[in-house]
Amino acid sequence: MAVLDIKDVTKIFGGTVAVERFNLTVADGELVCLLGPSGSGKSTLLRMIGGFETATSGVIAIDGEDVTRVPPERRPTGMVFQSHALWTHMNVFKNLAFGLKLRRLPPAEIKDRVEAVLEQVGLAGYGQRQTHQLSGGQQQRVALARSLVLEPKILLLDEPFASLDQHLRERLREEVRDLQQRLKITTLFVTHGQDEALALADRIVVLRAGRSEQIDPPDVVYRAPATPFVAGFIGTMNLIDGVVEGGVFRHPGLDLAMPVADGPATLAVRPEALGIAAATSAAAVIHRVTDYGTHAIVDIDLADGLRLKAMAPDARAWAAGTAVALSPQAFAVYRDNVAIHRAGA
Amino acid sequence: MIKARTDWTGLFFAAALTVVIVFPLLIVGTWAFTNVWRYPSVIPQEFGLKYWAATTARADVWTSITMSLSLASVVTLLSAVICLPAAFAFARLEFPGRNILFFSFLAGQAFPKFGLLVAIAGIFLNLNLIGTFWGVILIQLVGTLLFMIWIPVAAFQSVDRRMEEAARDVGASPLRVFWSITMPQAGPTIAAAVLLNFVGTFYETEGAWLIGAPGIRTLPVLMISFINNQPVIQYGAVLSVLLWLPSFIALLFARRIIGSGSFARGFGG
Repeated sequence: MAVLDIKDVTKIFGGTVAVERFNLTVADGELVCLLGPSGSGKSTLLRMIGGFETATSGVIAIDGEDVTRVPPERRPTGMVFQSHALWTHMNVFKNLAFGLKLRRLPPAEIKDRVEAVLEQVGLAGYGQRQTHQLSGGQQQRVALARSLVLEPKILLLDEPFASLDQHLRERLREEVRDLQQRLKITTLFVTHGQDEALALADRIVVLRAGRSEQIDPPDVVYRAPATPFVAGFIGTMNLIDGVVEGGVFRHPGLDLAMPVADGPATLAVRPEALGIAAATSAAAVIHRVTDYGTHAIVDIDLADGLRLKAMAPDARAWAAGTAVALSPQAFAVYRDNVAIHRAGA
Repeated sequence: MIKARTDWTGLFFAAALTVVIVFPLLIVGTWAFTNVWRYPSVIPQEFGLKYWAATTARADVWTSITMSLSLASVVTLLSAVICLPAAFAFARLEFPGRNILFFSFLAGQAFPKFGLLVAIAGIFLNLNLIGTFWGVILIQLVGTLLFMIWIPVAAFQSVDRRMEEAARDVGASPLRVFWSITMPQAGPTIAAAVLLNFVGTFYETEGAWLIGAPGIRTLPVLMISFINNQPVIQYGAVLSVLLWLPSFIALLFARRIIGSGSFARGFGG
């Protein structure tokens, strides 16, 4: 049962700012995903919470207790590393028992707790295996168990499934979610995969160049991205730069009325919200139609070369080379990195 | 069935190695167990342990064996005490002059050893270290520095830092991490370095002879004098068979403690 408070945390490596004035409060039992491209500072942030990096400034507190300068061995956090980092000179049991031994628990209790946690991660009876005898997914489960067995207040996962194949990743993701909800453990999960964040998180923190761009539940991040960066990073998004003149957004091949003051603007439209209809003008022409069975993705070239994606229910209704008219059903408009208008969502 | 193709290159090298290494060993080994072997006979006229009795009856043989063993042990121990912490520092810390210092250990091996030794002998003469136990220890210690630092540095560097962080994460102090994680991970490679060091020191001849003579006589030095001064080949042969013993034991040890690949890893393989 723990609340994590991050206040105004900045981390500077040499001259480069890795994390800048970051603020976040994670509620008890909440699962928060830190999502961002590589170099966005998400791993650095996690390592600061785990105690492997020290914040240049700011405060990290767990249950109100300042841990900013506490070394990792005295923090109530448990970290699962991307490379699993199991100790290869110990078998599975010893890997899990190491932390308990350091806490001077009696051997009988150590044995009970290790067996219980192995059961939890679906590896009952694997105690005597050597780590190299396990598959990648099993190794990552042991790494997770190694953290869980110590009952940490905060669980930290640093892209734990990045080295696994897609199928295994999805399965482990669900297992982690189930386990986390059963144990009600406050969890931070670093990932660069947006689908992972959308599937797992109670809230998503989208990071870019060390700053948070948006902190919201997945549906809000997807449906109402706060900035053009978030819009482009989560899911597929058509981003169209244009100018608003007299209440009309103008871009070659696409004019759209909107109650927005004059000036430059960026229009963001999801493929599923971009309606297309046959037209005679050649300002927007279908480049290619990709049939996915349940739906089709239509690539459309605008006159200035910008390529948009639209989702259509039936691939057979469209053919490459056809001129189309575009009608965004739901969209957002950004100016100066802020959403200034939303419609239809 | 797939018919295995004859590996002619491999066979050639195996044959060449046999001629160059195994053949001389075989001859020396045969001489050691020969009582009488006169030209032009291909095999000895009389096999026997006559010269083993004669050799092992000599007091100078036993004193030199003891001398060699104690020299090699002391040098290995001192070298480990000096070099392993240094290796850890080279592997993990940044300090001014780190790279230059690291490569300076090559210098000891880069120049013709004998010339260097003669110069050092001149200095040692003034310091009254010639012919003393500690004089030889010093000179042999210098010879061990390169491998006792470079191999363990590679060993420490190849330990996954995430493993150490994971140990900190579950509550281990930095010292505990070193003993429970870093050392066991780097251990086999370091053991290999120590073993190489011991065997290398045991066989070291030039330094032991130039600095040690006349007071200190190691087994290899004694063998050289046997070969130079004795008309009977068998003395030298028996001694060289005796000399194989430590490397043979070392090899057996090496096979037991060095798991697959970690020996090669020490050399960056």
